[in-house]
Amino acid sequence: MDFGDTPQEAAFRNEVRQWIDANAPKHLEAELSKSSIGRVKLKSVDTLEAGKAWQRKKFEGGWSCLHWPKEYGGRGATPIERVIWQQEEGVYGKLNSPFVIGEGMCGPTLMAYASEADKRRYLPKLASGEEIWCQLFSEPASGSDVAGLRTRAERAGDDWVVNGQKIWTSGGHYSAYGILITRTDPTVPKHKGLTMFFVNMKSPGVEVKPIKQANGMQEFNEVYFTDVRIPDSQRLGAVGEGWNVSLTTLMNERMSIGSKLATGFQELFDFCSQLKTENGLAIEDRATRARLADWAVKNSGLKYTSYRALSALSRGERPGPENSIGKLVAGSMMQEIAMYALDLQGANGAVSDPALAEVAAQFQTMLLSSPSNRIAGGTDEILRNIIAERVLGLPGDIRVDKDVPFNQIPTRGRR
Amino acid sequence: MNFEFSAEQKELQDQARKFLAEKCPPRVVRNVLEGKDSYDRDLWKALAGMGFLGVSIPEKFGGAGAGYLELCVIAEEIGRALAPVPFASTVCLAAEALLIAGSEAQKQKWLPAIASGEAIGTLALFEGSGNPSANAIKLAASGGVLNGVKKPVPDGAIADFAIVAARTGSSGRESDIGLFLVDMKAGGVDAKPIDNIDPSRGQAELTFRDCKAELLGPADEGWSLLLHLLDRAAVLIAFEQIGGADRALEMARDYALDRIAFGRPIGSFQAIKHMLADMYVSATLARSNSYFGAWALSTNAGELPEAAATARVSATQAFQLCAKNNIQVHGGMGFTWEFDCHLYYRRSNALALALGSQSYWEDALIDRLRRKNAA
Repeated sequence: MDFGDTPQEAAFRNEVRQWIDANAPKHLEAELSKSSIGRVKLKSVDTLEAGKAWQRKKFEGGWSCLHWPKEYGGRGATPIERVIWQQEEGVYGKLNSPFVIGEGMCGPTLMAYASEADKRRYLPKLASGEEIWCQLFSEPASGSDVAGLRTRAERAGDDWVVNGQKIWTSGGHYSAYGILITRTDPTVPKHKGLTMFFVNMKSPGVEVKPIKQANGMQEFNEVYFTDVRIPDSQRLGAVGEGWNVSLTTLMNERMSIGSKLATGFQELFDFCSQLKTENGLAIEDRATRARLADWAVKNSGLKYTSYRALSALSRGERPGPENSIGKLVAGSMMQEIAMYALDLQGANGAVSDPALAEVAAQFQTMLLSSPSNRIAGGTDEILRNIIAERVLGLPGDIRVDKDVPFNQIPTRGRR
Repeated sequence: MNFEFSAEQKELQDQARKFLAEKCPPRVVRNVLEGKDSYDRDLWKALAGMGFLGVSIPEKFGGAGAGYLELCVIAEEIGRALAPVPFASTVCLAAEALLIAGSEAQKQKWLPAIASGEAIGTLALFEGSGNPSANAIKLAASGGVLNGVKKPVPDGAIADFAIVAARTGSSGRESDIGLFLVDMKAGGVDAKPIDNIDPSRGQAELTFRDCKAELLGPADEGWSLLLHLLDRAAVLIAFEQIGGADRALEMARDYALDRIAFGRPIGSFQAIKHMLADMYVSATLARSNSYFGAWALSTNAGELPEAAATARVSATQAFQLCAKNNIQVHGGMGFTWEFDCHLYYRRSNALALALGSQSYWEDALIDRLRRKNAA
């Protein structure tokens, strides 16, 4: 056990530090530090363009998609080196959110299932940020029950014709490509009739409609497919194997462990350290300290749990479902922290005008966006099921639709 | 960077687990719990025979001279088995006190006896209700003798020696506190067992009347030595706690798989599954925090105060949650004397108080994080 750097790791860290020092967009540092975590929206520049510029610079310097093979635009770095990079990238990492799904999910799925020519065509442009990728899995009638999806793909010569609707597509409005799971056979049980593709988001018949979220922002989209033609060469995996392909995608999501999960803890700690109350600084209050300590140990526990998973990865072990705990803990923690930070401000906690609210309304923004962290990418309830079933070995839920042909499963209109 | 124990350390742990599964089944814990014995002498001797008690004591003092990571994995197994032996008092507190503050002669006298299982030691710090605080220490040291009362003292009634925190002056400063070593067999101390929530490990009231004592460490540094000692013990006891938490979680999981109600194993109900998932999350976070503590302890890193408080708060939460929910999953049977759930419930709550309460450690953690942030 050694929580410190080996000499090689220290040398790598030094190299990273020097490169970031010479290349990072320093003019954005102050604004990024103050911006709300998770949902960055810069005022001084276009956030997406700033992100793309940083991604491009990293790609040119060989610092993009660190764990990918070099021939696809990565660096072939070790998992530990990735963590060192993330630690050193610091606030500039807040610019990365448009690229996370491509790097963590779409890219690895292409690596596993696309042709060599396609990998060389698409992956470097994904890594450089020139082409952003999205993931088209969820549908209005299949959220947690993703295998219940209804978007149809039907064979037409060398093409497939796709009709249906996807939802909660992060970044769909600025994505060039997406990975798309469809139903190709509705006469077999739901997990068996699925097929995966990748699709050009500019194809005729693809329509992206932004969803206005509860917090007023628009990051998610609905994506409609009307007679969209996808060449069979863009199929990922065999026909009917889409469910297993999607599991690869999700497993790769777990491989991106070690990535920093935002909890809001450091922001709250800093806030409490400077907030004056009538009884002195907030951090001197006993009740506040007890709350802070609880969040502090969760925050550090998450950090070291992800580092332990990294050690397992370095030894060649596959990361398992136990890594579901990160999002489960961080999601509700951020919501609780936001509520507590507002509570500390009394009636003025309700004020969300950045000019009038404490720390530029950082916590008000966090409060309004935090419900999504407990839903997106697997709800708290689904994550608890995963832990209970796949880590602790408890029985699966009784699934009445598991062995029924998809087109005979009861729906709202057919029961 | 590497955040796991080595293959050799895991092998040692495996060895300790098998040994304790054989020598310390719940029946052994119950013998002490039900008052048939004040601790399990045979088990204590056997642990010494395996080299577990002196694993981190240097070879020249009769130990194995291995290291603290090795001691942590032993502590985890002791906690998992709820071993009814004076491990926390002797190994986590008394031996550590000797190692950080003892003279060569003091170490020579007591450490080999700890490693061989011949001597039981303890720390006499508390004087009734309250958390660790220099002001709360009233027991007086003057002219080489101690006068006053300490309670509760872990394993105080069976201890051969005690490290005693005593007041040496009246300046009102922390430098008034000194640590003293008392040979319990030399007279001057009256030890009276006191009932406590976890009788599988005893507590006592010690009354000192002109009791001869020798100084342990510099006379005016007792308080800072004590704080350092509590940090070291906090990490080691955190491992006892995560061992106990894991076992309580396993018991709950096994019962949920076995027990049928409404025609299904109760572990198929989401209310039970989600409770177990939350126990797993808490136990996992505590384990990771405890590894951070183990690293800081084993390297004497500057992060030790922060890491110790983090491990302590987190491990206390996890063991308490797993132990109380283990009873809940068992339903009515969990509240019977016959089922073992209450053994974990008792130990989890006793360990939660052993070094001062949760709120004391929460407070300490925030102080330490503030110091780090200011630096």
